[in-house]
This record gives sequence, structure tokens and C-alpha cells, in this order.
Amino acid sequence: MKGLNFIPSGTKIPFIGFRYISLVISLVMLVGSLGLFLTQGLNYGIDFLGGTTIEIKTLDGPADLVNLRNTVGSLGLGDVQLQTFGAPNEVLIKVQAQAGGDGTQQQVVTKIKAALDALGGEIEYRSTEVVGPTVSGELVQDSVIAVMLAIGAVLIYIWIRFEWQFSVAAVVALVHDVFITIGFFSLLQLDFNISIIAALLTIVGYSLNDTVVVFDRVREYLRKFKKLGLAELLDQSINSTLSRTILTSVTTLLALLSLYIFGGEVIKGLSLAMIWGVLIGTYSSVFVASPILLVLGVKRDWSKNKTAAETFNK
Amino acid sequence: MLHFSIWKTTLIGLVSLAGVLFALPNILTDEQSQNLPSFMPSNKLHLGLDLKGGSHMLLKVEAGVVISERMEAVKDEIRTALRDKKIGYTGLAVADEAVSLKLRKPEQMEDALLAIIGLSQAVNSSLLQSAGARDIVVTQNSNTAILVTMSPEERAARVKSAVAQSIEIVRRRIDELGTTEPTIQPQGTDRILVQVPGLDDPEKLKALLGKTAKLTFHEVDTVRSATGAIPTDSFVLPDADGSGQLYVLKRRPILTGENLVDAQPGFSQQTNEAVVSFKFDTSGAKKFGNYTATHVGEPFAIVLDNQVISAPNIRQAIRGGSGQISGGFTVEGANELAILLRAGALPAPLQILEERTVGPGLGADSIEAGKIASIIGLIGVVAFILLSYGLFGLFANIALMINLLLIIGVLSLLQATLTLPGIAGIVLTIGMAVDANVLIFERIREEALLGKSPIASIETGYNRALTTILDANITTFIAAVILFYLGTGPVKGFAITLSIGIITSVFTAFVVTRLMVSIWIRRRRPKSIPI
Repeated sequence: MKGLNFIPSGTKIPFIGFRYISLVISLVMLVGSLGLFLTQGLNYGIDFLGGTTIEIKTLDGPADLVNLRNTVGSLGLGDVQLQTFGAPNEVLIKVQAQAGGDGTQQQVVTKIKAALDALGGEIEYRSTEVVGPTVSGELVQDSVIAVMLAIGAVLIYIWIRFEWQFSVAAVVALVHDVFITIGFFSLLQLDFNISIIAALLTIVGYSLNDTVVVFDRVREYLRKFKKLGLAELLDQSINSTLSRTILTSVTTLLALLSLYIFGGEVIKGLSLAMIWGVLIGTYSSVFVASPILLVLGVKRDWSKNKTAAETFNK
Repeated sequence: MLHFSIWKTTLIGLVSLAGVLFALPNILTDEQSQNLPSFMPSNKLHLGLDLKGGSHMLLKVEAGVVISERMEAVKDEIRTALRDKKIGYTGLAVADEAVSLKLRKPEQMEDALLAIIGLSQAVNSSLLQSAGARDIVVTQNSNTAILVTMSPEERAARVKSAVAQSIEIVRRRIDELGTTEPTIQPQGTDRILVQVPGLDDPEKLKALLGKTAKLTFHEVDTVRSATGAIPTDSFVLPDADGSGQLYVLKRRPILTGENLVDAQPGFSQQTNEAVVSFKFDTSGAKKFGNYTATHVGEPFAIVLDNQVISAPNIRQAIRGGSGQISGGFTVEGANELAILLRAGALPAPLQILEERTVGPGLGADSIEAGKIASIIGLIGVVAFILLSYGLFGLFANIALMINLLLIIGVLSLLQATLTLPGIAGIVLTIGMAVDANVLIFERIREEALLGKSPIASIETGYNRALTTILDANITTFIAAVILFYLGTGPVKGFAITLSIGIITSVFTAFVVTRLMVSIWIRRRRPKSIPI
């Protein structure tokens, strides 16, 4: 039983030759992300802003959103968002944080439940989340620390395993991915909550995973083909690992798509962020990390010890 | 690379078998798993609250109240001490957890400082760093002003003990709800994490946690009006019914809830109104008997959390140590108060910082959705790998199955919490686990194309791919570990399954498939590789 070869061996795509095009694409995406982040910002969930979400299911037919919106809106709780959540009889109610500290948040749930019960229909309360200002503040801080820490830690790891140029290239690609993912969330105004931070960290891991595979091959070819120009060498490395890059992306995407479609509303955001992360992570290891390596240049002679190392700049 | 000694083969087999055994209880019914022989593992996956349904609450102990109470007592001690030494002062008061005062004569400063320092005591704490520390700090702010604060060591000790006490009381209150396996544990310096699985009405839990339940009995001052001047040994409290009626009460309670031994909801025989009957302990019964005997015809107030529930007149001496509280309760209200009184008062109020409740319906739906997503994702990946690598793809797929069993087995063994994002972590692992095999197989393909023999290609393939596999997985692992330390609840579950998945997938992809390939080569002695 023989397998199919999706990417024929000997494929020679001049990836590095595309570097100016990919530079433009990446710059546009980065600037766009920054612009979106600064102008319309992120649709922060209650994890980061504080507030209340209540998920309800109306047991006697589809939810009457207008009626529900009027009922909850008249309670004087400030900004209230209602949307169906997966099914026409499932509704997510999101209420902004109330002034007055941690203690006052709890009254929101009591008030909304009383108002909804008074409507007379049968309602199942599927989930309730109340996050006070103390906890949301800490979650913001912890999340920023975690993402920074993760990037810092892998920077050090790659530095130890490779040369600093590899480390810088990998981390630039990584930061590129994280920024553009944040831009993606800003563009679509998807709920940005703590599980998206989990997705961001996974993207950090995945994007690096991809980059490391290409860099490992680069290192191997640097030892093997001492006379080859760096650009060609990078191209050859990317092409040799291309089949793996595509295959792994496909299997990961298959799993994530299944999660996105069948995994339920609660983890749709997490799945979507990771799907986007796999796409952008695959793109960046080929079109961002490798060209940066070309710009930074690398040590060419790996046979001698470090003091004799000379940096090759093309 | 392709040679496996017998003990190595056995070990790999045993690890895989252990994975199966530890994962097995999850497909059995409760009854079946109870009938398993005792040497067999019987732990099922430990589901998180988002899958099982239940309430998660992060509470903060308002320890400042405890500190302020203590400083009030310190203030009284200072008053007595200065009076004994005949030192004149003004403006003795507690503000911001500190006692401040001004001396009338600056020349008495030294005596005053000595008198106040004489009140300090060694910190009573098991903490090593507080050994030798005193409980209060006395500072001279000008030639007449003195500020007395609590030392940080004393504060830490008091907060710690307030948290420990609160946990005990919270546990007793939650036990009254009759739920199974609540988790109540301290977090940070002044927080308590409460997790109650399978609770369908979190409002009940919140009602139980939201009250300090400090019960006191006070003498009522019937002479003075609440709007007039109040002597320092008295204070004014409102009626609990919200009518706005005010009572002037003696500050020093006749008795407190600490003297209660039992409280039960019931009905008054005269009015048929819901009441709470209580019983005092022996010393409480004696005090109450003596007090009521000498104050017949006067009212006394029953105070709960600084509100007067009722202020009945004493018709006769109440001996025997039992009584009733009536205060216009509903049946539920009486029941709740009885629970609170039985469990005892919290040393300080609790504030809910965070609440996350998932109903049993959503939990069950999430499990169902997670299962479907895992199975469909798995089928997609397995089919794609089989298509790409043929026979070797079959090896990789068998390894993938073993990998899944190992993840479930390890999760069951460690009793790590599986959350919905945790299931996402497993699905992600399904997609990424084959990466190691893809790396190896691609490499073998390349080596074979260079004209190497099958054995040589496979040898080099595994050899060369190893460093790449390790580098690639360690980086993801670093991210997962950081996430584990950051994460709360569900997100932590994601980090756990991702980390376990990375370790098991490296094992299955690198070791288990290699064993399968090596057995295949020995049996078939192939001329070419079907990759």
C-alpha cells in the first residue's frame, strides 16, 4: 500500500524570490491590524472588562429577542448586548461591569433573572458568569505577562539551540502572527476573552514549531552545502520541508475545523483563533522568518568552533 | 535505530497496555467499574465544572473588618492605660485601621509612649518570619500626636486566621446544601476558591455565602432617642424590616451566636408564623436566664449582621436556654437563617469577586459536542494520513490511537480536570500528533529518493528527524506550561491536555511507530519502501 505524494519531490518554488511581495503583504496586514486595534479596538469579553454574561434557553420555542432586549434593557444596567448563541432559542446576554466595585456585580444576575422569570415563558439558565473589576484587572495583567513570557522563553530556547539570527527571525515571525491574529479579532469584532489568550499561546507554539522545522533544515544544509548562496539554500530548505509543512497544516486544520463546526458555541472563538493561527503561522515561517534570516545573515562555517566563526552577509 | 531489545519491546508494550487499562474505566458504567477487581484502575476522567455543571466562585475575605475590630479593642485598651497613668488626651479614634490621638501636654509624651508600647504583645503566629515581632507599632507624629497601627506581621497572622476560619464556616454552610464533593480552598493571601459541582441554583449558594451571620443579643435603651446624643457605650441600629425604625442599643452584647449549640426552622404555635428556634450552651443558658430574670418587662434586641431582627419584651425569666426568633420570616428565610446560625458566623464578610456557573444542560451538550468534534476530527486526520502514507500511514494511525488512549489514561490516572477547552486541546493534539510521523516519513521518503536501501533510509529518517521533533515539541510545550501557570479553570484544562498530549505524542510517534516499522522490516524484508 503506497501513499500519495501531494507535493512532488524536487518541487522548486522560489519562495525567497517572493520576499518583496510577502513583505508588502505582511506590512499591509500588520499596519491594518494596528489601525484596527487603535480605531475600533477589540470586543473584550467580561474576562477583561468585568461584567456579566448569562446564557439562556427558551424552552417554548424560539427566543423573542426584541422582547428580551426591551426587558433587560429597561433594568438600567447600562450597556446590554443580546445575541442568539448557536440556536434560535439560545440567547447570550452580556451586561457591562457596574459601577461600585466587586459587590454590585452580583445584583445584575438577580435582577435579570427576576425580570425574565416575570415574562412567564419557561427559561433554562445554561450558564452565568460574573467577573468583578478586581479579577478582570488581574486577568489582563496575567495575560499580557503570559504572552510576553512565552515569547521570551522561546526566544531563549531558539537562541540556545541555534544562533541569535535564527532566534530573532523566529520571534519576529511570532510577534507578526500574534499581532495579525489580534487584528483579525478586531476586524471581525469577535469576543476576545481568556480562551483567546490560550489560543494566542498555542499559536506561539505552533508558529514556532513550523519555523523550527524549516530552520533545522537550514542548519543542516548550512553544514552540507558550504558554497551555496544563502538565498538558494533557504529556498531549498523550505522546499524540502514543504511537504511536511502542508501535511501537518492540513491535519491540524482538519481537527480544528471539526472542532469549529461540531464543538459547540462555547469554544467557537478558541477554534477560530487557532485555525487562523495555523494559517498565519504556516505563512510566516515560510515568508517572514526565512527572509529575515536572509537579511540578518548567518554563520556559515559550522565545522570550526565559535571563535573562528565569521558572519556571512549577503 | 531499528533494533529493539526484548526488554525495550516489552516496556513499550507495557506502557501502551497501561494506557488502555487506565483509559478503560471511562467506557464502563459505574456498576461495571465497581465490579472490577481491586488491582484494576477504576478512576474515570475528572470532569471540570464546565462539563459537569456547577458553580465556581472566587471569594475575598474582607479582612479589613477584622483588623478594624481589633484596632477598636486596642483603642479601648489605650483609653484605660492612659487614664490609669493620668495622661490627658483628645481625639482618640480609629480611622483607616489605625488609632490616633493627641496629648494635651507634650511633656507627657514619653510616659504615653511607654504606656502604649506596654500594651503590645508578641505576634501569635506559626509563620517563621514573624518570630519576635510585636502586634502593634507606635509612632510619634508630632510633639503631641501619636499613631498606633497594626504591625504587618500581626496583620498577616490575623488575615491568615480569618481566612482559615472562614473556610471552615463556608464548608459547614455548603455541606448543608447537601451537594457532593465541594472544593473549598484558600487562594493567595485573602481569597477562597469554592467549587460546587452539580448545583442547579447558585442563588442559594450565594445567599448562604453573602451573610456574615453575626448574631448578638443586646439590651435596648428605651430612654434615649435614636436621633439624640448617644453615650459611647451605646449605638444605633436599624430594624431589619426596612421600616426605618431605629433602636438605641448597649454596645456590649448580652450574648452572641457563639453561645448557640443548635438552630432549627419551625412554626410559632401562637401565630403560625415561620420562626427559628435556638438552643444556648450551658454558660449561655445561665447568662440569658440571669439577664432575663433581672430585666422582666424590658425589651431586648436580637441583632443579625447589624440589623435588629426583633426586639421582644421580656415577659418572664427565660431559663432552660432555648428560645425562638420571629421576625416576619418566610419559610425559606427561616430555613436559611437556621443553617447560618448552625454553621456559625464568619469572622469577616465575604465578597464574590468572580462567579462562573454552568447548568447541567449546557455541560451535557458540551460533552456531546466535544465527543462529536473529536471523532470527526479523528476520522478526517486518520483518512488523510492513510491516503498520504499508505502502510506507514496505518502505523502512524495505530500510534495515534494509542496516543489518545494514553492521554485519556494519564488524565484519569492523575485525576487532572478535563474541561471543554481541554477537549479542544485533545483535538488539537490529534491534528498535531501526526506531525512527528510526518517529519519522519518525509525524511525517509527523501532518503529513499537519494537511492539508499530501505533499512538505511528508515534509519537515517528516524535519526535526522529526532532533533527536529524535539525542538518543535519543546517550543509548544514551553507555551503550554506558561499557559498552565497563567490559566484559571477551563484554560488550565487546555494547558494540561496539550502538555500531556505533547509528551505522549512524541512517545507514540517516535517510539511506537518505530517498533512497528522495525517488526515489519524483520518480517517482510522489503525491497522498497511503500511511502
